[in-house]
This record gives sequence, structure tokens and C-alpha cells, in this order.
Amino acid sequence: MTAELIRLVGVGRTFRSGDIEVRALRDADLEVRRGEYLSIVGPSGSGKSTLLNIIALLDRHTAGTYRFEGTDVTELSEGARTGLRAHRIGFVFQSFHLLAHRTVTENVIMSMLYNSVPRRERRARAMAALDRVGLDHRAGFRPGRLSGGERQRVAIARAIATRPAILICDEPTGNLDSASTESVLELFDDLRSDGLTLLVVTHDDAVSTRAERIVRMHDGRLSEPVAV
Amino acid sequence: MAVGRLRARLRVRDLLAEALAGLFTRPGRSLLTALGAVLGIASLVATLGIAETAGAQIVTAFDELAATSVVVTNDRGFFGTSQAQVALPWDSEERVSRLNGVVAAGTMAEVPLGGRLTSAVPVNDPLGLTEFQMPMIAASPGLYAAARGQLSTGRWFDHGHSERADRVVVLGTGVAQRLNVTRVDQQPVVFVGDASFTVLGILEDVQRQPELLNALIIPEGTAREMYGLESPTTVQIDTEIGAASLISAQAPIAVSPDDPDAVQVQAPLEPDEVRAGVEEDVNALFLILGGVSLLVGAIGIANVTLVSVLERIGEIGLRRALGAGRRHIAYQFLLESTGVGLFGGVIGASAGVLVVVTVSALRTWTPVMDPRIALAAPFLGALVGLLAGLYPALRASRMAPVDSLRAGATG
Ligand SMILES: Nc1ncnc2c1ncn2[C@@H]1O[C@H](COP(=O)(O)OP(=O)(O)O)[C@@H](O)[C@H]1O
Ligand SMILES: [Mg+2]
Repeated sequence: MTAELIRLVGVGRTFRSGDIEVRALRDADLEVRRGEYLSIVGPSGSGKSTLLNIIALLDRHTAGTYRFEGTDVTELSEGARTGLRAHRIGFVFQSFHLLAHRTVTENVIMSMLYNSVPRRERRARAMAALDRVGLDHRAGFRPGRLSGGERQRVAIARAIATRPAILICDEPTGNLDSASTESVLELFDDLRSDGLTLLVVTHDDAVSTRAERIVRMHDGRLSEPVAV
Repeated sequence: MAVGRLRARLRVRDLLAEALAGLFTRPGRSLLTALGAVLGIASLVATLGIAETAGAQIVTAFDELAATSVVVTNDRGFFGTSQAQVALPWDSEERVSRLNGVVAAGTMAEVPLGGRLTSAVPVNDPLGLTEFQMPMIAASPGLYAAARGQLSTGRWFDHGHSERADRVVVLGTGVAQRLNVTRVDQQPVVFVGDASFTVLGILEDVQRQPELLNALIIPEGTAREMYGLESPTTVQIDTEIGAASLISAQAPIAVSPDDPDAVQVQAPLEPDEVRAGVEEDVNALFLILGGVSLLVGAIGIANVTLVSVLERIGEIGLRRALGAGRRHIAYQFLLESTGVGLFGGVIGASAGVLVVVTVSALRTWTPVMDPRIALAAPFLGALVGLLAGLYPALRASRMAPVDSLRAGATG
């Protein structure tokens, strides 16, 4: 297994609506190595989500090449990209995207529906993931009864329950107060020490400084500062 | 790791569980959505069931006796009084008997007695206790068989009696009782006015022309000679099963070739005609009604499914992000709408059967229904749900994951 997990070379994304063209991402070069904790920081509208959606295979880039675990995903079929999403990528959103009418456990189990986790293993794996984020005592709750920080940790449990190669988080603390933010960031530190690869996007410098490596983003361009 | 092995997959059982969970999230709405399908399926099932029950009722009620009887009369009815009656020929029995499909035929006419009284004893009874006013009917020899008569004793007269104008009589059972005649082996005599008639037999029962049971029945030849009877007025025909409609068309021509329309024909409705008539009436209207409610039901399901797709954009985006393929999303919503339709079909079929049973009970009919109708109904409901869900499911599956996630960024 090589150290390189993700490699972007000259990746761009241009949105077109009628005559208007928005170049949200230009000529991005980026490498993510296995086990590293990388943060991308930049002001709102700088193209962070655009980049993250491409990396998470939720969106397609319009220029350059993207290799995920050695496979060029640029020309990959929709079905194959979906398969990669199901098995290898965990995604955490700013708004938690939990289903309100399902319990915490059921929400976590949902991520195991579309990959090959056998039915009878799911509950145990969901409980293990909840245990990992410190919410095993909330297993039977519905999301409405949890605090923001707890909800985001459930979302993280859902993402890691499939044992993905990388956990991709888009503004994971954007909807949280400072105490909840701290609990989520501590969880990231723990997951990092477990060996999970973390890619966290934020506009908040306080959040990004927790990462080993920081990449700045401005007007759709990436710039790696010297050292942190 | 080879990319090819990392296909997104969704087990059928999981798909079913997800669709069911989707339905039970808003049970009230799912129930209301199913209502359209319930009404549509119920009216279809009830319509078909009632039509079938009514049809079976007619088959039961259909009796062989009525279906093989054709009666021709020279009665012009209420509206034909201005025209002269045609005289039916004396040989009507022979003419009709020649037709293919006729089992028996006979003619008859009431004989005007002009107030003559009937008695069983030749004495002049001043108190009139043994004399009665009794109707007299002139009949042809074949009438006995054509009316499906049954003698309790003696015999019916034949052509010889008629040709010779013999003074013989067959007593209807009512007449025989009043005249106190029970046996004919002693050749009893009855008197009509001054004329005496030898009793040939006693008619115990007939299945057609019941007035014969309360009359003195004499041969036509005798009636012609003694009372100047001009012609028979009625031809009773017994046909083979299924021949009645043919005979009812041919008999008027046989007895009145110059003017077949001048005679009246009473023929039974053919059973399939009757049934078809009932089924047409019931079916046409209610099948249209059922079809329309089913269509409305389908539109309702489509509408609600579409609303639910739009409400759950965020969920769709989430599922796509978790690795659901387009088809997994499509299947889920298709299955939800199919489930609603199936549920509507099951409830509708039960309601329809209940309606059939209730209507049958009220009419004291025996409910008859092809079980395939009740069994097929839920599938029809499911099919309606499936078709109704096609467009919403397609919409759901076509949404780009990124757009869905952004649009549904709540919770
Ligand atoms: N689907 C889209 N169509 C058109 N423009 C878009 C679309 N998505 C994003 N953009 C534009 O791309 C730029 C970067 O957006 P985004 O990646 O969401 O920024 P960030 O996440 O850093 O706030 C913005 O100017 C935004 O308006
Ligand atoms: Mg963003």
C-alpha cells in the first residue's frame, strides 16, 4: 500500500449557467497521504466545497486528473464512482443530515446499506462507531433530542462505521458553538491517532490549526504555506 | 483494491425495509394517499362482483319452463283495437308443429256460453244450488302436451273427437271439484244448458295456461259446430331449449303468412340476453366510475410521491453521498408508491367484496365472485402505484448529489 491516497493534478471546475461561467476551482494540485490530517482553509466562496465535492466523488472536475488510491477516477463511470463513495469515502456535512425520525443507531446503520456490510454485523459496527465518538449512551435517541455537537458526532460515527479510507468534512463545526466545536476537534485528534486519514475544510483558522498540514484557498486557487 | 469490486449495492431486503420506513414515517399521509386507490379498486371489485352475482342470479332464476314457451295470440293489445283481429287458422297446431325445434303445439279459445249454466245432474234445480256459471275453453288435441298438462284420471280428446264434433269434455280440476266429479270410468255426464257432454278426463295440473284448470275443455270441432266458434285465439308452443327465439320469429309467419305482424308473440328472453343486459347496465357505468377513481387515485399517488421527493431532497443527497446509486434512489421511491398502491388495492378489494356481500344479503342473493378478481385487485393497485411513482422516482434519481445536499441542507 503506497503512502499516496489522493492526487490532484491541474484539477479545475467551471460552472456554466447560460452565458455566465464561474471558475470555482483552477489548476489545483494536491496530494493527500494516508494517515495524514489535512485542513483546507479559506474565506467563504473561495471554492472549498467545490474542491471537496470533487474529492468525495460527489461532483466531476472539468479539467486535470484525479487519482484516488491509484485509480484515475476522471473517466470512471457513475456506477464505479458511486461504489467508491459507498466503500472508501466518509463524508461529514456542515448541516448534519441526520434523518429526524430515525434513532441515532438507525442513522449510523444507514451508511452500511449501500456497501457490503452483512446485515447482522451492522448493529455491532454502529455501536462500535458510536462508542468511538462517545455517544453509545445516546443510541436509542432521536436526533432532535441531541445537542449540535452530539449530532455532528453521530454524523461522524455514521461516516466512520463503513471504515472508509478517508473522512472528508465540509465545515464540520460551522453550525456549532465553541464547546461543541472543541468536542468535535478532540474527536478528530483521536481519529487521527487511530490512523484515519482526515481532510477538513473550514473558514476558521482556529479549526484548521489543529491539522498537521494546512492548505490555503483563495479565489479557487490552492496555496500551501511554508510551515506551521 | 480493484475498483470493479467496489460496486454500490443494496440488498432487496434493505430496499424493502427502507421503502417501508419511508411509508411509516408519515403513516397518516400514506393512508390518505392510498385512499384514491382504495376507492378505485373497491368500485372495480364491487362492480365486477355485483355484475357476476346478478348474472348468476339470473342463471338460477332462469327456468327451463319459461325459456321453452312461445305463445302466439291474435290479441292486438291496447293500441291495436282499431284494426280488425286476424283469425288464427284452425290448423295452426299442424302448421306450427312442422317448424324445426317445436316439441308440441296446441290452440285454444274461450267459448262464449251466453249465460248457459253447467251442472252434473239433469234435473231442473229451482234453487240453482247445483248449477254454476263456468268458463268453457275449446282446445286442440296438442294443447295438452304444449301446456304440459297432467290428468288425474281419464284421457284427453283426440283429432277424431274434434272431427266428429263429439260431445266430450275434459274437466279442469277446479270445475271437477265443484261439480263433484272424481271418477270417469262410469262415463259421467255434465250438462251445459240443455246439452250433455261425456266427461273424458280430469285435468289435474298444467304448467302453462292455468285458466284451463278452471274451465270445461271441449274439442275445437265440437265448439265450432255447437257454439259457432270462429277461430282459435291462442297458440301455445313448447320448444326445444334454445329454440324459443327462432320459433318466436317463425311462428307468426306460419300461422299468419299474409300479415305476420298482426299477431302478438310472447317469447322468453334468452338467458344470455338477460345476463348481458344486466351486466351492461351495471358494468358500463360503474366500470367507468371505477376507472376514473383509479385514475384519480393514481394522480393522487403521483402527486404525493412527488411532494415527498421534493421534501426529502436532503435525504436523497445524503443517500447518494453514502453510496446509493441512481437506481437505488429510484427503486426506493418506486417501491414506496407501489406499496401505497398495493395497500390501497388490498383494502379496496376487501371493501369491494364487502359491498358485494352486503348487496347480496340485502337482495337475498347468493354472492358469486371469481376469486381471481379479489386476488388480482391488490396487484392492480400495486401496478397503479408503480406507474404513478415512475415520474417522481425518475426525478429523484436524476438529482445531482451536490445539488440535493445543498437544497436539502436542514437538520
Ligand atoms: N452549482 C454551482 N453553479 C454555479 N456556481 C457555483 C456552483 N457551486 C458553487 N458555485 C460558485 O463557486 C464558488 C465557490 O463556491 P464554494 O465551493 O461553495 O465556496 P466555499 O465552500 O469555499 O464557500 C462560489 O462563487 C459559488 O458561487
Ligand atoms: Mg462551502
